[in-house]
Amino acid sequence: MLRKPRRTAQQEINSSSMSDIAFLLLVFFLVTTTISLDKGISLILPADGNELEVNRKNIISILINDKGKVLMDDNPTKIKNIKSKAEKKIAGNSNIIFSVLTHKNTKYRDYILVLDQLKQANATKISIANPPSF
Amino acid sequence: MKLNRKNKSKSEISTSSLPDIIFMLLIFFMVTTVMREFEGLDVVLPRAEKIEKLESKRHTVHIWMTKDGLISVNDKIVSVNNLGDVMYMKLTNDPRITVSLKSDDESRMELLTEIHTQLRKAQALKLNYSSLTKTSDL
Repeated sequence: MLRKPRRTAQQEINSSSMSDIAFLLLVFFLVTTTISLDKGISLILPADGNELEVNRKNIISILINDKGKVLMDDNPTKIKNIKSKAEKKIAGNSNIIFSVLTHKNTKYRDYILVLDQLKQANATKISIANPPSF
Repeated sequence: MKLNRKNKSKSEISTSSLPDIIFMLLIFFMVTTVMREFEGLDVVLPRAEKIEKLESKRHTVHIWMTKDGLISVNDKIVSVNNLGDVMYMKLTNDPRITVSLKSDDESRMELLTEIHTQLRKAQALKLNYSSLTKTSDL
């Protein structure tokens, strides 16, 4: 008796939907992963007890009161004008230090806005003064 | 003169390697994405224009500060006076730490100054004020 092989065609698992499954997983990961929001204004704090004496001419003081009003170099200044003013000061004297002094009730938002303006003017020397206790 | 077409067979782009490519992309995304580690506190971040990215996620300590004065370091509530000690412990484990400070828009500078003092005491000097990108020019 002669036995014929029953299966002539080779059987294979259909893999055409594999890419669909992989795509689905890919889309899932793309949607679920949130891009990290870890961005912000970088600053290096001075080491503790490391106070330098600086020539008064090289310091520009920026005072921010609790209403968000800014006094820059003894002139009332709008926050959006700080950048251009700071740029002029830096062009005149590259060693200039900006000293930011805040009232204890000053809002963090105003402080960040001022710091942002200084960063935009490429000010590298920014000092944060401790608010005096009134 | 009549030109004969040389190849009569229908040419198709082979799609058999497509799943491999997709899988490679998939693995890339799975490896590179870091799931959010900490819940954090409820804060409204300020907006700024000139912002920089943090160097590395692994060497970052997150500090949250709400407008009510609640402070949390990596999801643990800490009082201001203990912040210096907590940060010092973290720095001894990893000296390359950067502090990412997520403070509320409305919080007062008094508390921030306290945090500055504590961070300076702990020698955690690399600081980043976490903020969002400003979209419109106000």
